[in-house]
Amino acid sequence: MPGKSFFIDTTRCTGCRGCQIACKQWNQNPGTKTIQEGSYQNPTDLSASTFKLVRFSEKGSTTGEPKWYFFPDQCRHCLYPPCKMVADKMAHGAVILDVKTRAVIFNPTVKVSPEAFKEINAICPFDIPRYNEDLGSMAKCTMCFDRVSEGMLPACVKACPTGAMSFDDRAVIRKMADKRLDEVQKENRRASLIYPEAIRVIFLVKDDPEKYHLFAAKQNETGGTRRMALKQMFDPLVAGFKIS
Amino acid sequence: MTNHWIDLKNADVILVMGSNPASNHPISMKWIMKAKERGAKLLCVDPRYTQTAAVSDLYAPIRSGTDVAFIGGMINYILSNDLIFKDYVINYTDASFLINADFKMPGELDGVFSGYNEQDSKYEKTTWGYQLDERGVPKRDLTLQDPQCVFQLLRKHYSRYTVDQVSKITGTPKDKCEEVYQTIASTNKPDRTTTGCYAMGWTQHTVGVQNIRAFTIVQLLLGNMGMAGGGVNALRGEANVQGATDYGILYHILPGYLPAPTAALVNLQDYVTKFTPTTKEPKSVNWWGNRGKYITSYLKALYGDHANPDNDFGYSWLPKLDEGMNASWLALFARMYQGQFEGFFAWGMNPACSSPGAGKAREALAKLKWLVNVNLYDNETASFWKGPGMNPEEIDTEVFLLPCCSSIEKEGSISNSGRLAQWRYKAIEPVGQSLPDADIMNELYFRVKELYRKEKGAFPDPIVNLTWEYGHKDQKGKVEHLDAHKVAMEINGYYLTDVFDNTANPPKLIGKKGDLVQNFVSLRSDGATSSGNWLYSGSYTQKEGNVVNLMARRDREDSTGLGLFPNWAWAWPVNRRVIYNRASVDPKGNPWDPKRPVLKWNQGDSANGKPGGWEGDVPDGPAPPLADEKSGKLPFIMKPLGVGSIFGSGLGDGPFPEHYEPLESPVPANLMSGKHRVNPTIPIAKLQAMAKEPTFLFSFDNEKYPYVGTTYRVSEHWQTGVMTRHLPWILEMQPQMFVEINSELGAEKGIGNGDKVLVTSARGKLTCIAIVTDRIASFKIQDTTVHVVGMPWCFGWQYPEDGSGGDSANLLTPFLGDPNTLIPESKAFMVNISKIAEKMAYQSSEMPLKSERG
Repeated sequence: MPGKSFFIDTTRCTGCRGCQIACKQWNQNPGTKTIQEGSYQNPTDLSASTFKLVRFSEKGSTTGEPKWYFFPDQCRHCLYPPCKMVADKMAHGAVILDVKTRAVIFNPTVKVSPEAFKEINAICPFDIPRYNEDLGSMAKCTMCFDRVSEGMLPACVKACPTGAMSFDDRAVIRKMADKRLDEVQKENRRASLIYPEAIRVIFLVKDDPEKYHLFAAKQNETGGTRRMALKQMFDPLVAGFKIS
Repeated sequence: MTNHWIDLKNADVILVMGSNPASNHPISMKWIMKAKERGAKLLCVDPRYTQTAAVSDLYAPIRSGTDVAFIGGMINYILSNDLIFKDYVINYTDASFLINADFKMPGELDGVFSGYNEQDSKYEKTTWGYQLDERGVPKRDLTLQDPQCVFQLLRKHYSRYTVDQVSKITGTPKDKCEEVYQTIASTNKPDRTTTGCYAMGWTQHTVGVQNIRAFTIVQLLLGNMGMAGGGVNALRGEANVQGATDYGILYHILPGYLPAPTAALVNLQDYVTKFTPTTKEPKSVNWWGNRGKYITSYLKALYGDHANPDNDFGYSWLPKLDEGMNASWLALFARMYQGQFEGFFAWGMNPACSSPGAGKAREALAKLKWLVNVNLYDNETASFWKGPGMNPEEIDTEVFLLPCCSSIEKEGSISNSGRLAQWRYKAIEPVGQSLPDADIMNELYFRVKELYRKEKGAFPDPIVNLTWEYGHKDQKGKVEHLDAHKVAMEINGYYLTDVFDNTANPPKLIGKKGDLVQNFVSLRSDGATSSGNWLYSGSYTQKEGNVVNLMARRDREDSTGLGLFPNWAWAWPVNRRVIYNRASVDPKGNPWDPKRPVLKWNQGDSANGKPGGWEGDVPDGPAPPLADEKSGKLPFIMKPLGVGSIFGSGLGDGPFPEHYEPLESPVPANLMSGKHRVNPTIPIAKLQAMAKEPTFLFSFDNEKYPYVGTTYRVSEHWQTGVMTRHLPWILEMQPQMFVEINSELGAEKGIGNGDKVLVTSARGKLTCIAIVTDRIASFKIQDTTVHVVGMPWCFGWQYPEDGSGGDSANLLTPFLGDPNTLIPESKAFMVNISKIAEKMAYQSSEMPLKSERG
């Protein structure tokens, strides 16, 4: 399987947010005005100026045993991205797949109508696509394909001090993730990799994914669109998906 | 640190207590994660479930201010279960030494040691001494059975710290205490080590020094000092604290930890006699015996040719402290508040937010005639006169804000917590007219010197005689631009004359005039050498005519595999990476742990003229191992007796740590002592009588202030946030002052997550946003529910300019602290909390913030 992949080992993440800032810096995204909402997580969500967001969750806590999970959220760079499938019909050229790295890239110069954006966002199982009101186009993680094309690591991976984030050829990452899962499962039977076969940003979690983030693995609403999208991701032939 | 950052990866057990490396030293987690990869266990003991706790293997909650009790229980566990590393303890510590027969302990004297004087709250320490034999060396019982030996006294003292008792005081569940104790005690084996990481959570208490002492005792009992992955490790912030103490920026020391002279020591000989320890123990190196060489070399660095034997090397030009004088932060601000200072240089700091009792500190600034703040940005100190509650009309202070540049806009070294000095380069030109601090000092020095030359003044000699050869001078004689290299070289030290080894025939030249000295072994007390800081001697030297800045080295080779990286930069002393490393080998010089050998003695081959030598790290002195009859030496070379002190008679508040409650505490009585609720060497009654506002110092009103307040930091902001609040990317992540409270307290007060609340203490009040979380504990202490609430102190009213960030937690913190170090008790004080308003509806806004720095 060509292309690159990330391995994000949340058991090594300490929520330092070096990745969040590195992404801001590389993309020269602005800092937005925020307030303290009752969490270290800030901004509260991904946006056209925040492509990488460390999510803080205490949902894993049980009585007398606090837990604090850190989930450095970003676009999963699906192998067969549902966003591209919709964009190809409704906003042609807005989503492209880089041939070499297989990064899923939102072209900021291609305007997307608010209606089209709504559909594109709805079909993403991970709730990633965001809209830049000023440009009228979409924005998200670029996989730092400009850096990667020059043989450098994505900014977030480079900044990570603990080795929570790794980036390499997909085969290497798949192996790394499987090996680490084995190790972690010795102490944590609930540990899992999230959709390693279907996406390029593979998270290792030691608890149920929803305890980290609502959209870590799947959403809870019973709507058909995201379920369809998930199905697509695993079986691209379902929609006759083409890589253009 | 006794060890260093990378060494954390070598530990089998990592105790994080009184610190939070994941939040405050995020890069260190790289090494802690590597240790975990090897199977190491990370233990986190904290009032709060922190980011470190989130990746730990075991988390134990503890009430803020009860660390001595917790560690006391650990000592008791180790001794009751006979889990000491016996060979290490007998050979390398004072455990076997006998103590004065009249020495008594808190168990017998209701909370104090023998020699306590109620009147002045001080100890008379005669009974705290060792029994000496005819040689003048302590008597020993190598079987550790004598009831008067340190070991048995230790056992007796800590037998009172049962797990039951500890749990009652700390609020930590008994099973958690035992689990921590068991895990740490498992490193009593020669091939297992615990490393302890501590920071302000241990130091900022009225028993701060005793907290650290308690854990040092544990590490000596388990044989973890000097070992890879062992030690007692202070996590210091960036360059600040390490540089401040190494270079003697605190009032009580000169560079290199030389004691600051007092007025009673009228000449250099008096100083040297007083501060040079002697020893009768033939196997002790007693390295501080070299004190005279270092003070003289320091004076020569300061005064060059002006310092000679006939004028006592300029000793009379050094500023002197009055006997017993307290010139610490708290004392300075107390006097400033009383209008006793004309001027104040707040250099690279923001006292309006960093000072405990910040409200009074701000008022104190208004009493000055002039204030100079050197900083990168305007801040709450430089603009104190515009702050909340200030009336500029009534303030006569003239304020100067001198813009300095950041560390990336200038060249020089930065010393990290692991004693590693790394040279850094200038990346960009300073912004605008900002200057490196050194250049600002250079300007001041030159102008002050010229004034002294012209107008004479009260005492010009100490200033006009200073050497100042830090760069090319202009026509007026002023250094145009201060060269950090020249400063570094002066710190290293020079041969001021040709120096010969006269024992050789003919005499051998060992140092040429004008050359840099090799290291502090070359320093002399006869004026032939100079060194601005003996500790850093060896950092910038000369090899065969080539000048070498060892701090700039970046060699990544590490043949030991222990992360020593001996050729990456330079560590003091003499590039030793693990200090006390002679304790990492047995008396024959074989590593206790052959798999992680910090040192190993190679016998050599005396028959073939090959002398023995040490392999591995730079040894704590080249002498052969202890067992060598002729020249073997004990490992703890900085102590006169050469062994690690379990019995710490040098401290003012006790040779063994004893639990006392914080000054402001939620419990009416100290369970360990009926009579002394707080540290007996704090003269509470006297201080309250002296204070204009006694409740400002501390308040015992648990009705008014029922919750334990504590303070800490976040990853995103640095100190008071002067630099970081101006970075939009950072302010976006941590925009506003918050207080963390648990859900039980939240429910009681009707406070929901995100609500606006008011936190109050005897010092002041502060608006915060509430984070309601069960990560911050609530404890059952002696039938009371004790809630701990916590706040960061990185915000200030001055920026963001609309004040939306909030203000500093130091408006609430107490103005008293540890009697040894005088560090304030910012980690445990009493507060109250009430709701002001419901959570604001979140307004999504893409409005970007602009940085003034472009």
